[in-house]
Amino acid sequence: MENVQPLLEIRGLHKHFGSVEVLKGVDLTLRRGEVVSIIGSSGSGKTTLLRCVNLLEEFQDGDIVLDGETIGYSIVNGRRHRLRDRELSRQRSMTGMVFQSFNLFPHLTAAGNVMLGLRKVRRFGKEEARSIAERWLSRVGLASRSDHYPSQLSGGQQQRVAIARALAMDPKLVLLDEVTSALDPELVQEVLNTVKGIADDGATLLIVTHEMRFARDVSHRVVFMDQGQVVEDAPPAEIFGNSRSQRLAEFLRNTRT
Amino acid sequence: MGYTLQFGAIWASFDKLMSGLAIGLGLAIAAVAIGTCFGLLAAFASVGLSRIGRMIVTCYVMVIRNLPLLVLVLLVYFALPQAGIRLDKYESFIGALALYSGAYLTEVFRAGLTAVPKGVVEAARAIGLTRIQTNVFVTAPIMLRNALPSLGNTFIGMFKDSSIAAAIAIPELTFQARKINVDTFRVVETWIVASGLYIAACFAIASLLRRLERRFPKF
Repeated sequence: MENVQPLLEIRGLHKHFGSVEVLKGVDLTLRRGEVVSIIGSSGSGKTTLLRCVNLLEEFQDGDIVLDGETIGYSIVNGRRHRLRDRELSRQRSMTGMVFQSFNLFPHLTAAGNVMLGLRKVRRFGKEEARSIAERWLSRVGLASRSDHYPSQLSGGQQQRVAIARALAMDPKLVLLDEVTSALDPELVQEVLNTVKGIADDGATLLIVTHEMRFARDVSHRVVFMDQGQVVEDAPPAEIFGNSRSQRLAEFLRNTRT
Repeated sequence: MGYTLQFGAIWASFDKLMSGLAIGLGLAIAAVAIGTCFGLLAAFASVGLSRIGRMIVTCYVMVIRNLPLLVLVLLVYFALPQAGIRLDKYESFIGALALYSGAYLTEVFRAGLTAVPKGVVEAARAIGLTRIQTNVFVTAPIMLRNALPSLGNTFIGMFKDSSIAAAIAIPELTFQARKINVDTFRVVETWIVASGLYIAACFAIASLLRRLERRFPKF
């Protein structure tokens, strides 16, 4: 490995909503170019973990280090302080996030959705932002749809616009949160193929998914989470082969369709 | 004996009614423009992080909505000069109507704001927009589109409320009609024509706003 330092390092992450502990000391490391899938039953903390990495959630203890920079908090005189909005926004722009429910901006066209961050965060001029947006939209197979509004697109197309929107920002890391769960079955494959293409291009991806076959095919490593903890972290062959923990075996038995 | 309608005297003063209508429209537009700024600021403050901001908005809306407009207009017109603020009657009426419409628009905008999907706001934050950028480029446009239909109703309401300006002798439509009434004694004719003008103007505003609504993409 030419990069000794990991791209993302999560150490001892704790998160609770009121008295409910959602993450109980999660450790996770991603190298540059690595594709890691997180599996686990609902309520195991997978989505919350992604949202912490994207700073959409606060967390009470632990560190998240992205490309050498501790994100979300600073330590002043031994006390943790949440960073200011401007800093948080800058750090968020280093990661891309694709949501389960697409969350496109309904008042902007497909191209407008991709361009907003390029213009206002990356400060590209209009022409340049437009050409980057067009390039990414054609990368996800939607070159002919760039002037369509989200309401004029199918779910699968909307999700591909959302992927283009995240990747056009040239993030160091892309977080994908159950990106096919809200889609009709016949639209799932087009989105998975898009993600697969991006993975093959060398992007670093952290994927929360219920698509076991996809997780096995696309990932370098698969992480199994249960009740706020990482239970298994191994290459897919091991996870889906003879799984070691009883909880994982049980989970896989229940998800097998 | 029946009452015979004679419009001749009304047509002779028709230009006064029209100038009254123009003044009414002008008052409403000025007041609504200022009131919209109040409403937008107040609506964002009402869902904002500052507790003091939220409290101020709650008080503002509560006080204004529990005051009849006529009372508010008279209060502003007579009380402000005592406090050393000199306004002419136009400025004072526009101020009063702006305050009044602002409170109602606050509620309209607030309803539009709560209908903005939370996930869309998170998506904006996720690509690195700051809180202010998110409000300006994502939340506000979606909220305005949500609010457009009820916004139209409020605008029409404010135009009709400009008739209250007659109470402080601003020569708008109602004031002019009353004057013609006194001069000509053609009571029924005067109010028929005045009503027709109000209806026509409101209808025009409504269809203008409906055109605007159609121009925005449906979500």
